[in-house]
Amino acid sequence: MICGRSDGYARAADDKKWMLNNEYGDGMRTMGQLFDRAASVRDKLGLASCAISAALIAPSLWAADMPGGPKVNQLDLPKGVTKIAADQHWMNWFLMAVCLVIFIAVFAVMFYSVWAHRKSKGHKPADFHESTAVEIAWTVVPFLIVVGIGIPATKMVVEQKDTSGADLTVKITGYQWKWGYDYVKGEGEGIGFLSTLSTPESQITGKDPKGLTYLMEVDNPLVVPVGKKVRVVLTANDVIHSWTVPAFGVKQDAIPGFVRDTWFKAEKEGVYRGACVELCGKNHAFMPVVVEVKSAEEYSKWVDARKKEMAAKADDPNKEWQLAELQSRGEKVYGANCAACHQAGGTGAGQFPALIKAASVVGPSADQIKILLNGKGAGMPAWKQLSDVEIAAVITYTRNAWGNKADEGLVQPKAIAEARK
Amino acid sequence: MSAVLDNHGHDSHDHAHDHPHGLRRWLFATNHKDIGTLYLWFSFVMLLSGGILALTLRAELFQPGIQIVQPEFFNQLTTMHGLIMVFGAVMPAFVGFANWQIPLMIGASDMAFARMNNFSFWLLPPAALLLVGSFFVPGGATAAGWTLYAPLSVQMGPGMDLAIFAVHIMGASSIMGSINIITTILNMRAPGMTLMKMPMFVWTWLITAYLLIAVMPVLAGAITMLLTDRHFGTSFFNAAGGGDPVMYQHIFWFFGHPEVYIMILPAFGIVSEIIPAFSRKRLFGYSSMVYATASIAILSFIVWAHHMFTTGMPVTGQLFFMYATMLIAVPTGVKIFNWVATMWKGAMTFETPMLFAIGFIFVFTMGGLTGIILSVAPLDIQLHDTYYVVAHFHYVLVAGSLFALFAGTYYWLPKWTGHYYDEGLGKFHFWASLITFNVTFFPMHFLGLAGMPRRYIDYPTQFTDFNALATVGAFGFGLSQLIFLYVVLKCIRGGEKAPDKVWEGAEGLEWTVPSPAPFHTFEQPPTFK
Repeated sequence: MICGRSDGYARAADDKKWMLNNEYGDGMRTMGQLFDRAASVRDKLGLASCAISAALIAPSLWAADMPGGPKVNQLDLPKGVTKIAADQHWMNWFLMAVCLVIFIAVFAVMFYSVWAHRKSKGHKPADFHESTAVEIAWTVVPFLIVVGIGIPATKMVVEQKDTSGADLTVKITGYQWKWGYDYVKGEGEGIGFLSTLSTPESQITGKDPKGLTYLMEVDNPLVVPVGKKVRVVLTANDVIHSWTVPAFGVKQDAIPGFVRDTWFKAEKEGVYRGACVELCGKNHAFMPVVVEVKSAEEYSKWVDARKKEMAAKADDPNKEWQLAELQSRGEKVYGANCAACHQAGGTGAGQFPALIKAASVVGPSADQIKILLNGKGAGMPAWKQLSDVEIAAVITYTRNAWGNKADEGLVQPKAIAEARK
Repeated sequence: MSAVLDNHGHDSHDHAHDHPHGLRRWLFATNHKDIGTLYLWFSFVMLLSGGILALTLRAELFQPGIQIVQPEFFNQLTTMHGLIMVFGAVMPAFVGFANWQIPLMIGASDMAFARMNNFSFWLLPPAALLLVGSFFVPGGATAAGWTLYAPLSVQMGPGMDLAIFAVHIMGASSIMGSINIITTILNMRAPGMTLMKMPMFVWTWLITAYLLIAVMPVLAGAITMLLTDRHFGTSFFNAAGGGDPVMYQHIFWFFGHPEVYIMILPAFGIVSEIIPAFSRKRLFGYSSMVYATASIAILSFIVWAHHMFTTGMPVTGQLFFMYATMLIAVPTGVKIFNWVATMWKGAMTFETPMLFAIGFIFVFTMGGLTGIILSVAPLDIQLHDTYYVVAHFHYVLVAGSLFALFAGTYYWLPKWTGHYYDEGLGKFHFWASLITFNVTFFPMHFLGLAGMPRRYIDYPTQFTDFNALATVGAFGFGLSQLIFLYVVLKCIRGGEKAPDKVWEGAEGLEWTVPSPAPFHTFEQPPTFK
């Protein structure tokens, strides 16, 4: 092995966690073998070609297939773990076959003609230029083919759209640039959390090597039970997003101000990965979807743990907070929600204003509360989905950070509750 | 189809007209040939500008991670690449062909409204300046995608307003151009040329012009509503104010789908001229070609929501738009079959225009077949907004429209310049373009099937190889177009003298005038039999 590729493979193989989770299809595993063979051929070609292939091909040789995500140089739709995804997989191959037959038929005729009916071979042009029978035939036959495609497609549409009889309903909210999950009906009702990209920036900028699940990993994945029909209802907070998990064969836009729904029933435990697929602004590429499918027992355990965690975290609404407490809480809230636009140093960027010495931040706190609850202009969304404590904390934080010294430096959660009324 | 030109006293008319030189010739141009030339050069400049944007974003996508541009700027690149290519390159290029060729092909002395023709063209450079200039305003150019979906486009900075004004102006230009084309075709044909005897290129442009008049105002309406939502407190697309973000998509695609055919029907027309000429055989099924073109145009108005299968339509909506979209395959198939039947038992030669025309049929058909796959709504759910769609529409727009534009340029260039172009270099341009095009866009099918979303600045490492390959292909494709520029410039400066009838098998009135076509042609209408 040359080109220094072997250590990367070893690292991926050592990572037992990924190997355990790798239950997602196996049709494309041969690709890995194929690349092994390609690599050994390259080895024989020597060092000169190594430089070129290192530039072009080597990066993927460090990586292995992503569990629940794309495989290295995947050529096909995923087989998936739902009936819908399996149907789509079948439908794609069915259509490929139909198209291939048409393609070969048409171009066999054309290229035969190109080969046989050329002037250089002395072929004399014929004189025909219409034939009603032929023209009717090649109008009717494609029509029949289209009908033949339409029938199975219709069945699939009806199936995909049937969201009735769900065991669990989860509301998904798209935010710039993260997903919110709220369990609204079924086991786990009441659980809610945000899910953001967990890939460190150092990997994106290339300071650190990129991991196996680069850009398709989150802090809090959506967790659902295996074999249960999960209905997802989607909306968005700011612009249109779109939630997809290819292994489930599901894709649905999340539209601000409207609610749309779709469903899936995962038939295999594991981790499955997707993305936001509707352009939603600068970090569109950085709000992945991760869904963990657990067995019924594991799921119940997760629900219990999550509920206990939430109870412990719940804030006492009447508590009087200390400045330092709110500041440290606010710093986290700021980092998770505000820094993407206003920047970690409060300096702002482009159309997003700086918060250092900004009138709304150092002036009367009532104004700032209003902006956070209702949004401002086109750029600043409303943040009313945050809790009173979180809003109070982030306001308090901005009023004391980066050299800001506001008169009303400490804003209590009660003030937010007041303002909401 | 044959024609006899009455050439008597042709030259003696020239001096009777004002024939300005230098800048005035172009600024005040009212001659259809000069205006056609302006359109063609303008669109080529825009093609290169849009191409540079594309190469920048392809360079960023060569490897995973962020290396060259930042996410905000990346989104500006994808958006402006789309807007510039659609409104700046492809549409004006076809209008350039219409200006040059329609009067020559129907035996008219010029376009019907010569001064409006001038205005239609000269609206374009200011619009292009607005688009390109928007990169330099605070916040940069619009980054909402070429479709400018609300509410993301409502969030944008002033670059968005410049784009809206630019599209307004280009739309006005298109509408005026269309009025001119329709009036010219319907009123100024040579005696004896009935509608069903018109060259196919003229037919396709007549239908395209009607499409333009029907849908450009719809686009203008959509972006005007965006403008008022942005600045005047309306809520057309804001749910909180009683509006609907999805309504923007309905209005946009009611324009957008016919727009797709606006960019391909004239291409069909060009190919329908070239295939018979180099097969030395009449076009097969002329009338069914006309009916197929008209059917495609009519169907294009009832398929728009196939761009929106993932917005969450009811079952009946998905089914209707799926069936209607599949139906378009039928007339499109008829056209492909007719071209193949035209070639069948001809006596073919393979000069560059023919190569590009056959390349068009071959590669466009691949884009058409992926179109059928995408039309199947339950499968589109997987493929929507992935690179599969990117591959599909570049197969029909680049290998479709752009290849037809190249074919047409090589076909008529000797008529325009009076010289044959360098055949060897032309063929080199064709093969370089065909190969690099496929290297660029074929791997994108796989990326899409594997689930890589469009408009992503960064991607998981598993997608690296195909992205790297596409980038290498894209730079090859970009460089190949410099061959085209060189061939055209060389042809303008000189070359083998072209006779009146440039191609042995070519038929039509344009081959009865001298090469290069004199400043004024057909001052006396020719006789058409």
